[in-house]
Amino acid sequence: MSLVYSEEQRLLADTAAEFLLARSPVAAQRRLRDEGKAEGFGDALWKEMVDMGWSAIPFPEALGGLAFGCMGLGAVFESMGRNLSASPLLSSIVLGGTLIELAGSEAQQAEWMPQLIAGDKRMALALDEKPRHDPAATALRAERHGNGWLLQGDKRFVADGVGADAFIVVARSAGAPGERDGLSLFLVPADAPGLQVSPMQMIDSRNHAQLRLDGVRVDACALIGEEGGAWGPLDAALDRSRACLAAELLGMTQNLFDTTVEYLKTRVQFDVPIGSFQALQHRAAWCYAHLHLARSAVMAGLAAMDDPKLDAAGRARLASLAKWKAGDAAHRISREAVQMHGGMGVTDELDVGLFLKRIRVAQAELGDADFHCDRYGEFVEAQ
Amino acid sequence: MSGIDDFRKETRAWLGANCPASMRGPMPDGELVWGGSEVEFKSEDQRLWFERMRDKGWFCPDWPKEYGGGGLSPEQNAVLEAEMRRLKCRPPQINLGIWMLGPVILEFGSEAQKRALLPPMARGEIRWCQGFSEPNAGSDLASLKTSAVDAGDHFVVNGTKIWTSYGDKSDWMYMLVRTDPDASKQQGISLLVVDMKSPGIEARPIDLISGKSSFCQVFFDNVKVPKRQLVGPLNGGWTLAKALLQHERRAMSKFGEFSLPNHVDLLSVAARYLPPADAGTSAEVALRARALAMAMDEHAYTLTAQRMGEEMRARQDVSGLMAIMKLVHSEQEKDKLEVLLDVMGHRALGWEGDAFDSSELALTRAWLGSFAQTIAGGSSEVQLNVIAKRVLGLPEGKQGK
Ligand SMILES: Cc1cc2nc3c(=O)[nH]c(=O)nc-3n(C[C@H](O)[C@H](O)[C@H](O)COP(=O)(O)OP(=O)(O)OC[C@H]3O[C@@H](n4cnc5c(N)ncnc54)[C@H](O)[C@@H]3O)c2cc1C
Repeated sequence: MSLVYSEEQRLLADTAAEFLLARSPVAAQRRLRDEGKAEGFGDALWKEMVDMGWSAIPFPEALGGLAFGCMGLGAVFESMGRNLSASPLLSSIVLGGTLIELAGSEAQQAEWMPQLIAGDKRMALALDEKPRHDPAATALRAERHGNGWLLQGDKRFVADGVGADAFIVVARSAGAPGERDGLSLFLVPADAPGLQVSPMQMIDSRNHAQLRLDGVRVDACALIGEEGGAWGPLDAALDRSRACLAAELLGMTQNLFDTTVEYLKTRVQFDVPIGSFQALQHRAAWCYAHLHLARSAVMAGLAAMDDPKLDAAGRARLASLAKWKAGDAAHRISREAVQMHGGMGVTDELDVGLFLKRIRVAQAELGDADFHCDRYGEFVEAQ
Repeated sequence: MSGIDDFRKETRAWLGANCPASMRGPMPDGELVWGGSEVEFKSEDQRLWFERMRDKGWFCPDWPKEYGGGGLSPEQNAVLEAEMRRLKCRPPQINLGIWMLGPVILEFGSEAQKRALLPPMARGEIRWCQGFSEPNAGSDLASLKTSAVDAGDHFVVNGTKIWTSYGDKSDWMYMLVRTDPDASKQQGISLLVVDMKSPGIEARPIDLISGKSSFCQVFFDNVKVPKRQLVGPLNGGWTLAKALLQHERRAMSKFGEFSLPNHVDLLSVAARYLPPADAGTSAEVALRARALAMAMDEHAYTLTAQRMGEEMRARQDVSGLMAIMKLVHSEQEKDKLEVLLDVMGHRALGWEGDAFDSSELALTRAWLGSFAQTIAGGSSEVQLNVIAKRVLGLPEGKQGK
C-alpha cells in the first residue's frame, strides 16, 4: 500500500487542478450560491467532468469504467476541495454507482452503469433519517406488497437529492433500528407516486434534500442485492465515499491553510507583519503539523480502498481514520483561518467563510468525528 | 542496472542468512545495544548480529572502505536500507558517533583525523556523547561559555556541560567550546573531540523525575586537549554544529521508521483496564473515546513516518515533513501517557514494590520519562519556531531566533 500518488495519479491530479481552477474556481461556487440554484452545481461543468472520464474512474472495465482506483479519484476530490467545486461525483458515482457495481444484478448494471457514467442520469442515496449519520439506525419500513414492496418513512440530508433521476433508498425489511441485518436497498424513480422530494437549504448552499415516502410502491425488480443483506455492500460503498470526502476535506483545508499563511505574511499591525508574532507562528506551525497527519491518513484511506490484500475491516478502519483525521484538521484550521483574518474573517466577502461552511457540512456527512472514532475502535477490537 | 540487481540479490541473501530471527521486528527500549568499549549484549543473537554487521563494514555502509566503512554507493546503500526494512532488521547498535559525528568528520575533518577517528568508530568500539548544552546555554546554544584556551600544542578546557546523555558511560565526547570570547556569539565557537578519561574531567549523574539517571553534568577543570582534536577550522564550529544537528534529525527519523522504542500499545492497555464499549459508566465511556482518539492520532503519525520514507525514496522534498516529526511524536507520547494514567487510575501511580505489577510500574516511569522528550533535542517551542520560519517562511519576530 503506497501513500504517495503514482506518476499516473499525479498527472491526473495536475490535470484536475488546472481544469478546476479555470472552470470552477471559488468565485463560481459563490455565483451558484447567489443565484440560489437548488441543484447546487453547474450542469455544464458536470458534463465536462464526465467528458474527462472522471465518472468512470472507480469502476471495472467490464462495467464501462477505467479501473483507475480510489487513489486516482482522491486526487480529483482533493482538487475539488481546493476549489470548492460542487458536482454530483460523490453522490451519483461514488455512492450510487458503487452500490450498483457491488450489489446490482446484471440487468440493473446494464441499465444503470452506462447512464450514470455518461452523466445522462443521476442517482442519490437516501440513507440518513436521524440528525446524525447512523446507517444501522435506519427505520424506514419496506413491507412486501403483492410481488413488490411498499416503502413508508422519511429520509433527510440526501446529498444531491433535488433533481436526481432516481434514489437508492435504504430501508428496513426486517429487524429493528440499530441492527445491521434486515436492511435492503431499493431503486426508486424520482417520479414514483407517493414520493415527495423537497430541498433542505443548508449552510454550504449545496444540494441536499429531504424525502417523504408515503406508501411508495416498487416492483420486486427494484430490490438491489439481497433482501435484508444490504449492510456489506452499503458499508463498502460508504467507505469508498468517506475516503473521497476525506480527500475533499483535505483539499479545502490545504487551501484555507495556504491562504491564511499568506495573510500572516502580508497583514501589518504594530508596524510588523502579524506573522512575526510568536503566538500566531506556533499556532500556524501546529496547523501545518495536523495538515500533514491528515494527508497521511487520507492517502492511507484511499490506498486501502484499492488494496486487494485488505479485508473489509481493514478497509473500514482506514476509511474511518481518514475521515476522522481530515475532519479534525479541517476543524482546527478553519477555526484558525477565521480568527487569524480578524474582522475580515467574519465577512461574507472573504472566501474563508464559504470554506468554513462547506467543511462543517462535509464533517457531518457520512459520519462525524464521534461516529468514526467509535467505528475505528470497533474494528481495532475485532482484530 | 544488472550490477544493482545483483547487489540486491546478494544483500537479501546475506541478510536472510545472517540476521537472527530475534533481531527482526520492533526493538523494545530495554534491548538497545550501545556500541562502545564496554558494549553489553543481552543475548547471543544480539552479539552475533552486532559482530556480523561490524565485520561486513555495515555499521556505516556508505563510508569509504579506507575508513572502515562498507564502501557502498548511495544507490547500493538505499538498496541495503530497503532490504533491511523489508526484513524488519533492527539497527545492530546505537551509536551517536556513527550517526552524528562521523558524517561531520567525513565532510570537515582532516585526513589524519579521518584515519584516526573513523575506523574505531566504524567498528563500534567507541561510545560517544554530545557535549553541547550548558547551564546557561540551552535553546540558545550559541551563548555557550565553556572555554578552550590555546596553550601551544594543546587547548586548556574549563567550564561545564550539562544534560550530557550517558556522559558517565561514554568513551569520548564531541563538544562545542568557546575559542574566541571577543567574537560575536556564533563566531567564536569550535568543535573538539575529547577522551573522557582525560585528567580533569568529572561526570556526575543527575537524578531525573523518572528515577532513571541517563544524563550528567560534566565538569572540565584545566583539561588538556591536543590540538589535533580540533575538528574543522578554529572558530568555525557553529557551521559544524548545525550540520551535526541535521544528521541527528535525519538519524532520528530513520530510526523512527525502523522501530519505535518505548512503544506502549494504548488500546490494549485501555482494553485491560476499561469495561467493553457497551458497558461501563458514562465517565468510562468518555475515557475510552479519549483513548481511541489518541490512538487514531498516533496511527496518523505512523502513517506519516511511512509516507515520509516513501517520499524520500521518490526523491521528493521532505524537509517540511521532517520538521514536524519530532514535535508530533514527542507531544503525542506525552498526551498518550497522560490518557493512560487516567485509564489506569491509581494503578498508574506506583513507584516500586509488589503492590503493582511490573508493566504498571514501567508505564508510570515511561510517563515521567516522556516529559524529557519535548525538551531534549530542541524543545517543542523551538521546533515550532523552526517550522514557522524555515518551512512556512513567516517573518522573524522581535523575540530572538
Ligand atoms: C533527556 C535529555 C537528554 C539530553 N541530552 C543532551 C545531550 O546528550 N547533549 C547535550 O548537549 N544536551 C542534551 N540535552 C539538553 C537539551 O538539548 C536542552 O535541554 C534543550 O536544548 C533545552 O535547553 P534548556 O534545558 O536550557 O531549556 P531552556 O532553553 O532554558 O528553555 C526553557 C523553556 O523556554 C522555552 N524557550 C526557549 N527559547 C525559546 C524561544 N526562542 N521561543 C519560545 N520558547 C522558548 C523552551 O521551549 C522551554 O520551554 C538533553 C536534554 C534532555 C531533557
